[in-house]
Amino acid sequence: MPSRDEIFEKVQSTLVDALGLDEDEVTATSRLKADLGAESIDFLDIVFRLEKNFGIKIPRNELFPESLFTADSGFAENGRVTAKGLDELRTRLPHADKDTLDALAKDPRVENVEDLFTVNMVVNFLASKLAA
Amino acid sequence: MRWFWIDRFTEFKSGSHATAIKNVTLSEDHLHDHMPGFPVMPASLMLEGMAQTGGILLGEQKQFAHIVILAKVPRMTFHSWACPGDTLVYTAKLIEARDEGGMVEVQAHVGQRLVAEGEIVFAHVDEAAGGGGKIDQKNFVFSMLRGVLDVGKAGDGSAE
Repeated sequence: MPSRDEIFEKVQSTLVDALGLDEDEVTATSRLKADLGAESIDFLDIVFRLEKNFGIKIPRNELFPESLFTADSGFAENGRVTAKGLDELRTRLPHADKDTLDALAKDPRVENVEDLFTVNMVVNFLASKLAA
Repeated sequence: MRWFWIDRFTEFKSGSHATAIKNVTLSEDHLHDHMPGFPVMPASLMLEGMAQTGGILLGEQKQFAHIVILAKVPRMTFHSWACPGDTLVYTAKLIEARDEGGMVEVQAHVGQRLVAEGEIVFAHVDEAAGGGGKIDQKNFVFSMLRGVLDVGKAGDGSAE
């Protein structure tokens, strides 16, 4: 079972490959979209490489839940995340940073949901997957 | 001009790897503008040929149940060029294949000379999302490139 640092290093090199970045641009708190410039197609690429590099299977929607982003899901209204949406986030993203989730609850604008997807979130997800 | 950037598959191992060739000929119109006096196969069309090789490899694995679309080119390096009279050999290796899409590693050679290498990511889309006309990729492969996949029938993927 690799240590958290070892997991972080592998995630870092995965993101370097997938997003064409330098190592020092990828930090633990980097947000995938805002800081690293990842787009939706990159999420697919990232999942492929994580599966290969860690030798695990990541079922669809487990790491990057799509249901959060569909228009008719009832999770967002007029650009704000609804209470139902916040519950869904807490359920689907147990590996997200708690402080960021709480900050989102206070300022539930839809744009802020993307900030939950950080390098740390990916590391947390993998740590729990590998420990299982 | 028809949008075929591979002429024939010479090797096809379902779910694993495939090799296709593209013969570069002086009668191709675009070569006379690319470049005037120095006809050379455009890199973008070599990329398309590699994508067709890899995309068909990926699509065949699921019997063309999904529409396969080139989505991302994470890495592609062009080391050399291909000229009229050259036969480009594209090899694709299937790295990932899932419901949402897949990834291949590709190379292009002319003889021993490595011309290009890189990775291509494909996404699957369902017909409903396509809007407008129906895309039939299975038909594209089987009726247009008639017999293109028969090469794999020897069982071990080699040409008969």
